[in-house]
Amino acid sequence: MKATIWGCRGSVPTPGTRTIRFGGNTSCVAVELGDEAILVFDAGTGIHELGKTVEPGDGRPIHVCLTHLHLDHFEGLRFFEPLWWPESEVHIWGPPSTIAPLSERIARAFSPPLFPVQLSDVPCSLSFHDVPSGTWEIGSARILAEPVIHPGPTLGYRVRVGGRTLAYIPDHEPFLGGEEAERPPEWLSGYPVAVDADVLVHDAQFTAEEYPTRVGWGHSTVDQAVRYAQEAAAKHLVLFHHDPLRSDGELMTLGDLAAERWGGGDPPALAAEGMEICV
Amino acid sequence: MEARRPKHLVLILARELASKLATPVLISDAEGNLVFFNEPAGAVLGTTFSQVGELPASRWAEVFETSELDGAPVPLERMPAGVALVERRPAHHRFVIKGLDGVRRVISVTAFPVLAKADELVGVVAIFWEEAAEEATES
Repeated sequence: MKATIWGCRGSVPTPGTRTIRFGGNTSCVAVELGDEAILVFDAGTGIHELGKTVEPGDGRPIHVCLTHLHLDHFEGLRFFEPLWWPESEVHIWGPPSTIAPLSERIARAFSPPLFPVQLSDVPCSLSFHDVPSGTWEIGSARILAEPVIHPGPTLGYRVRVGGRTLAYIPDHEPFLGGEEAERPPEWLSGYPVAVDADVLVHDAQFTAEEYPTRVGWGHSTVDQAVRYAQEAAAKHLVLFHHDPLRSDGELMTLGDLAAERWGGGDPPALAAEGMEICV
Repeated sequence: MEARRPKHLVLILARELASKLATPVLISDAEGNLVFFNEPAGAVLGTTFSQVGELPASRWAEVFETSELDGAPVPLERMPAGVALVERRPAHHRFVIKGLDGVRRVISVTAFPVLAKADELVGVVAIFWEEAAEEATES
């Protein structure tokens, strides 16, 4: 399985000279499924670049799996070119809500004064799906979505292709209640998504020094991301959802810290735009 | 040993909250299995969760003996956690519980179903209070 990172910045796009190495686009990761489908996790501004790689008349259905509806995870959807081609088939998957259906919640972003075009004017074949309980299949990919700790309905996704597993939990505060030494793993948020994953892409927005003033914002520190990956027995960790204030140099320092915390074996990688992950 | 099933996020959040409260709280899953109680609940139940561990639905009523205030058995349809689980509505009752320390205590219990979605019961939370004035040691 090969996954490509199209955006890994948290909260707000951060173009500029300080973010050239790791990129400034917000969350978007695509998984290659050959001729079967285009599988995308989140539609932050990174999806705009992904859209440029798809040709009109490509023919593959596009499945966009949203973790949640904070703007940095779907603001790019409006600028995803295949959405504006009548011949495209686009499926949007997202977390169920007791308040309003997914289509209605997304339609808010496709309406004035936020956007000049209504969702009903999108020309492609567009359908919305609440993620089901349990696993489902898109082409040869078996997918599981589970709710995780983050403000509002939020999911983590687990995708399994050809016996390899990628877990994607970009916004996550699993230790909101504190880091309990004796917590059994079945009480770990998102555990069914992350357990034994070959690669875990996980939130690492904050530093340990920043976290005390950001408790409850829904994100992890680098140390927490490492601890979470180890508790879930993930084999490789990719640090994701970089803080918008973090420069390339500062991220490199955090990468060194994560490697130190990880101990032996392959150290955690810092997600970067354009990075290809072979799972 | 068989791995235990991962808990629903809403139960995880309930446990997080319960573990920070000074009020006794007990949590069961959607099958009625006792999956957690906090330290204040342990003081009333005369044990700790780490000692008892998870208990199947069929067992925890045996482990923690209950009776009405007049000594009669508490019918299942009056047990707040059972009502919350089966009828999916909040319930309240006052009765006597015998902890594992052998002490009988009068407690008030309020239980409510935990619904992650309108049609998805993930468990029951029971909050209880010991009425210390009526505490009675087993004779």
